Amino acid sequence: MSTLPGIRTALHDAPEESLSRQALSRSGGAMPQSNDAVHPPDNAMPSRSLTPVSSDPEAERLRDAVRAAIADASPLCLQGGGTRAFLGDPVDARPLSVAAVRGIVDYQPAELFITARAGTPVAEIEAALAERGQYLAFEPPRFGASGTVGGMLAAGLSGPGRMAGGSLRDAVLGTVLLNGRAEILRFGGQVIKNVAGYDVSRLLAGSLGTLGIVLEVSLRVAPRAVASATRVYDLPDSDAIDQVNRWLAQALPVHASAWHDGHLYLRLQGARAAVDEACQRLGGEAMPADEAAAFWDALRDHRHPMLATRPGAESAEPPLWRLALPPTHPPLALAGKVLIEWHGGQRWLRSELPAATIRASVQAAGGHATRFRPGARPEPGVSSLMPLTGPLARIEQAVKLAFDPHGLFNPGRRPYAAPTA
Amino acid sequence: MRASHSANPEAAPGFPDVSAQVIQELQRHLPTGSLLWQPETLAPYECDGLTAYRELPLAVALPSTEAELVAVLQTCHRLGVPIVARGAGTGLSGGATPHARGVTLSLARFNRILEIDPVARIARVECGVRNLAISEAAASHGLYYAPDPSSQIACTIGGNVAENSGGVHCLKYGLTLHNVLRVRGYTVAGEPIEFGSDAPDAAGLDLLAVFLGSEGMLGIAVEITVRLVPKPELARCIMASFGDVRDAGNAVASIIANAIIPAGLEMMDQPMTAAVEDFVQAGYDLDAAAILLCESDGTAAEVAEEIERMLEVLQAAGATRLEVSADEAQRLRFWSGRKNAFPASGRISPDYLCMDSTIPRARLADMLTAITAMQDTYGLRCVNVFHAGDGNLHPLILFDANDPGQLERAERFGADILETSVAMGGTITGEHGVGLEKLNSMCVQFSPDERSQMLALKAAFDPSGLLNPGKVIPTLQRCAEHGRMHVHRGLLPFPDLPRF
Repeated sequence: MSTLPGIRTALHDAPEESLSRQALSRSGGAMPQSNDAVHPPDNAMPSRSLTPVSSDPEAERLRDAVRAAIADASPLCLQGGGTRAFLGDPVDARPLSVAAVRGIVDYQPAELFITARAGTPVAEIEAALAERGQYLAFEPPRFGASGTVGGMLAAGLSGPGRMAGGSLRDAVLGTVLLNGRAEILRFGGQVIKNVAGYDVSRLLAGSLGTLGIVLEVSLRVAPRAVASATRVYDLPDSDAIDQVNRWLAQALPVHASAWHDGHLYLRLQGARAAVDEACQRLGGEAMPADEAAAFWDALRDHRHPMLATRPGAESAEPPLWRLALPPTHPPLALAGKVLIEWHGGQRWLRSELPAATIRASVQAAGGHATRFRPGARPEPGVSSLMPLTGPLARIEQAVKLAFDPHGLFNPGRRPYAAPTA
Repeated sequence: MRASHSANPEAAPGFPDVSAQVIQELQRHLPTGSLLWQPETLAPYECDGLTAYRELPLAVALPSTEAELVAVLQTCHRLGVPIVARGAGTGLSGGATPHARGVTLSLARFNRILEIDPVARIARVECGVRNLAISEAAASHGLYYAPDPSSQIACTIGGNVAENSGGVHCLKYGLTLHNVLRVRGYTVAGEPIEFGSDAPDAAGLDLLAVFLGSEGMLGIAVEITVRLVPKPELARCIMASFGDVRDAGNAVASIIANAIIPAGLEMMDQPMTAAVEDFVQAGYDLDAAAILLCESDGTAAEVAEEIERMLEVLQAAGATRLEVSADEAQRLRFWSGRKNAFPASGRISPDYLCMDSTIPRARLADMLTAITAMQDTYGLRCVNVFHAGDGNLHPLILFDANDPGQLERAERFGADILETSVAMGGTITGEHGVGLEKLNSMCVQFSPDERSQMLALKAAFDPSGLLNPGKVIPTLQRCAEHGRMHVHRGLLPFPDLPRF
């Protein structure tokens, strides 16, 4: 039996403890007493004695920065690890680094959650989870080693396993937010079932830092599957989409799929017996395990040749578009190179077609299109994100003002409607 | 008549009495039989599943078409009349309790299943479709809708969206929010609006995330697209007995720690077990201090593998008796007791109050110990049934509303459980919602700034404040009054605890 350390030993673990302590000592916070910082073996009070984020001096520094920004009416460009700054539209505002509020605050494998300050590198979180045989089931794309969990939340992106393991938004359990009135607010929590008040935490996922500064986030984590296998099929795109969706309607351990250049890649994940059985039933060609791991990792982290932007080569490449579509929609007739993920739900397109052409086609199919990488000559006046229209645009803009009444955070990053009188 | 509260203690002021005018105008838009306003016809709508709160609405509108629905919304919006949306009225927190100056908007007639797409594995249905009806309609394709609140025979998908409902299979299959793709409906002013998408995400902020679980305060949903999942080939259930509740609590944590995510993981204490066994004869172990039901589903091979591993873990955790369902009939019998926990409680007590907090799994035994002590404090019995896998508790506080003072004591008992849950790092509601019932407890869980932020968010969707006023987010004034009444609770217990 593959045994994870249970609740009894969960936090009596040197690496996690030292991580939190390093983080706190860096930020000048109080050092926790070791007995208080761990989950006692007799299930008494769990660890709650770490300095609350509201009294973390780094958080206080950010709060002062927001107060000053309110006073000077001078907006801020929030920066974490700087790996996802290309997302959304450019921001012209004073930079404010939020990376110093960092450290894993609480990780309880048996409770399936991890809580970390926003500046914690995603790599640090993934390493802590891996030690316990757990992972972030939404497999967030990593665009560099310095990427932070706050940036990950703001970007809201999920990777290959999203359709099986849920999206980043699905995994968000709680947040601590510094809003545009310089208030520190907690929403949600560490438990999976929680319907007290509005679900503000999940709203923050993908908001690109335009609603406030996230100081702390709690995420649901998942145990890694026992077995994994990848099968490869030679199929044209339309057949690939149809085939994988028909498999999904059966109780099969299909975890991820990708189509590119005439090949369908299918990742099966689950109990050993289920994966073996599915491999037999679904045929295809087996991909060696190490090759498969490298393939899915490259896809996830945008190192796949179709997605990668080589340093300095940006100007030579067509823009990279991310199309979110109803998964079973047939391939769109848009000229360019295509890579299909999420069983048809996420399609990448390298194309020189005008934004309006791409967006009209995608919208007619019931989806939306994001210009993910701008390419050589970004069309002037076209937002990389598809703006909303009608009452929805008005509500979105009002939501923005409800959190950030002075328009301080990342102005221009998202195409909010202009306030109406 | 039973002791009960008149609802909306704070809502009536601020809303003008325009009853004659609103009834007159609604009569123009709705056919006879789609508008109720005479007191005797309003009585069936005076409460939802939280029967301790009753109020007669000014009128009940039952539109059958979207044009009628829009006319109701526009009329109420123009006249400044509160609107309380209602599905099947099974909610347990008073989310659909009427407003004395408001119109109750029954959405029961929007009950058509519009589309089942077996390849895309989605169902597009109207909001008044019953939860179970979706699974029944999808069954011929080998698919079903996973979230299964206990009231699924009666509750509507619109109500599930409003409450972000759960059920016994959430740990593996998620809550309503993980299974709803798209909601189409109307703003308070009757403008058409759509949240989410048939694609994996939609443009703009994730407003769907906020709309789900917003208890009818942000907009009116009329059409909902849900995700369907393949019916597992097989499901088997283990019934495990424990001589000590602490062992049972630890067994739950141990299953998760061993990388098993069971399809269902439920816990009942001895008094609850006795009550249901007497009612349905499920074959429960009456000597056990607590029993766990652990379900595995999937292919036959998967289930065999997982059941084997769960048995090992349960054995190691000190189970005194283990029984695995041999066939579907036995599995359903194991569940029959759990599913009948509420009616069984109704048989042993004239009234009961159902709580719904969530705590970290590791605190289950602590909570049971605390509840045992509270029984003495408040002089009332409490039987316990837990969605143990996700730490969601449903203690049922037994009382007799005809005995003066018992309702009030039961409510204080309940508030104590909620505050203890918050202190343990949990939350006051896991799946039933805040409604009217837990308004005071919201003052405990959230600071004034946090509540103000939520009220500002509400205003972004509903600037008029007409959608379900007085629910979910207590005003600062109400919390201040609550603080005065319970001075020791004016501050959070354990003020140093980060509450998440």
